[in-house]
Amino acid sequence: MRMPAVVTPALLALFTAAAAAQAPDPNLARNLSAACANCHGTNGVSQGGTISLAGQPKATLVRKMQDYKTGRTPSTIMQQLAKGYTDEQIDLMAGWFAAQKP
Amino acid sequence: MTMQRREFLKAIGAGVSTAALAACAGSPSRAGAKVVVIGAGYGGATCAKYLRMWSNGALDVTLVEANRVFVSCPLSNLVLGGSKQIADLTVGYDGLVKRGVNVILETATVVDPVRQTVRLRDQRELPYDRLVLAPGIEFMFDQVQGLGTADAQAKILHAWKAGPQTVALRQQLVAMRDGGVYAISIPKSPYRCPPGPYERACQVAWYFKRAKPRSKVLILDGNEDVQSKKGLFMKAWNGEYKGIVEYRPNHVLTGVDAATLTARFEVQDNVKADVLNVIPPHRANEIARQAGVVTANNRWCEVDFLSFESVKVPKVHVLGDSIQIAPGMPKSGHMANQQAKVAAAAILNALAGQPPNPTPAINNTCYSFITDKDVVHVCSVHQYDAAKKTLVTVPGSGGVSPAMSAMEGEFAFAWAKNIWADTLA
Repeated sequence: MRMPAVVTPALLALFTAAAAAQAPDPNLARNLSAACANCHGTNGVSQGGTISLAGQPKATLVRKMQDYKTGRTPSTIMQQLAKGYTDEQIDLMAGWFAAQKP
Repeated sequence: MTMQRREFLKAIGAGVSTAALAACAGSPSRAGAKVVVIGAGYGGATCAKYLRMWSNGALDVTLVEANRVFVSCPLSNLVLGGSKQIADLTVGYDGLVKRGVNVILETATVVDPVRQTVRLRDQRELPYDRLVLAPGIEFMFDQVQGLGTADAQAKILHAWKAGPQTVALRQQLVAMRDGGVYAISIPKSPYRCPPGPYERACQVAWYFKRAKPRSKVLILDGNEDVQSKKGLFMKAWNGEYKGIVEYRPNHVLTGVDAATLTARFEVQDNVKADVLNVIPPHRANEIARQAGVVTANNRWCEVDFLSFESVKVPKVHVLGDSIQIAPGMPKSGHMANQQAKVAAAAILNALAGQPPNPTPAINNTCYSFITDKDVVHVCSVHQYDAAKKTLVTVPGSGGVSPAMSAMEGEFAFAWAKNIWADTLA
């Protein structure tokens, strides 16, 4: 059995966090993603003026966030916000939004 | 190796799914657990909604609010400029009712943390397993000599809670003669919405520039310097609004004369205005004091940032402008909405006998209108630091706009549409 490479760092991070402190929260991905709803709508379903995140492929969301984080995609606000999240967090959020009904 | 990894993943996976089921099923270990939320602003309304949504409707959530409708403070300066009406910023509570929140439009008067009850003005008593206090702020009128009476407060408005005061201040500006002076007094930090007074100065200037070009906007700041988006606001005052806006730091207000609309200061000379707008210092609202959760400087409520539970009173969570903020954390509506979700997740965990999420992360996004459509932003990301036991801003993240733009104006309106729905629908 081979796990997709992209999943592994997140799980390793979870393991590290668990070893370092308490077990990771089972709803961590949901909780992190809720912080995006102010602009992108509850559960990632936008009310307009911003893109909907719900149901987008995980890989697309990860790439977009990484491009903001590195500055490859210029932007007003997202490049500043993306830099505040770890790769593991971006991975968790992207996975969660990909699983939401658009 | 492969086997080991599989076993490890299975273990993690199993752990996650069992716990996730418990949390998703709404989890209250005791059947019919009750949460009461006091205050239906950005913090309280969001918390009530997310408690219902994340418990799949299993949790009994009651929301107590004194006002009939929600009126947004963000965007309310546009009403003063004249490009928006108060109705544009007003949202009802029907969306929350549809979510199954029991909305009670009444004033909460007494919290009894021992019996775990809330009494309302109409004498109804609400029992709770967890209480969320999101009561917002009240003004310390006693800190400004001459502003203690109802008569003085009717002439010298704060308009720092959106609603009737916003409309009344707009009417004062409309009634003012061309060539008059509008003066705004800003209290020492911390206060609600750090960039708000400076945005207000821009909006009044925008109105004057078009309707009363000989008039002036005077900013009388109780602080040593502009508290937020300094470069961007200064650029507007030296550009777009040159000759209209004047900024004066170190103006700590001590008193007013309502009859002559004169402001007095600790050190500086008196200022007489045609429209005098005083934002008095503020503190957590009375119900927080009554509940015993005001622990910092007799003004603010200290909380555990993993759960927003009071450090003093168990099972009482505090959100929004009434908390003692973490470093770099503004008192803003966006922040209150974010805090509310951390608290909602922690409450659901607690009711299921689980500890709070040990790694919360939240952000702030704040747009200020320079004109009716040109906007600047400030944003930040805050991650929990277990060693410091607080939320800290992530180095290298966040920041401000390079310059005002109409594109960010569109983002600001999109932000409003989305956060109002995220909070209230």
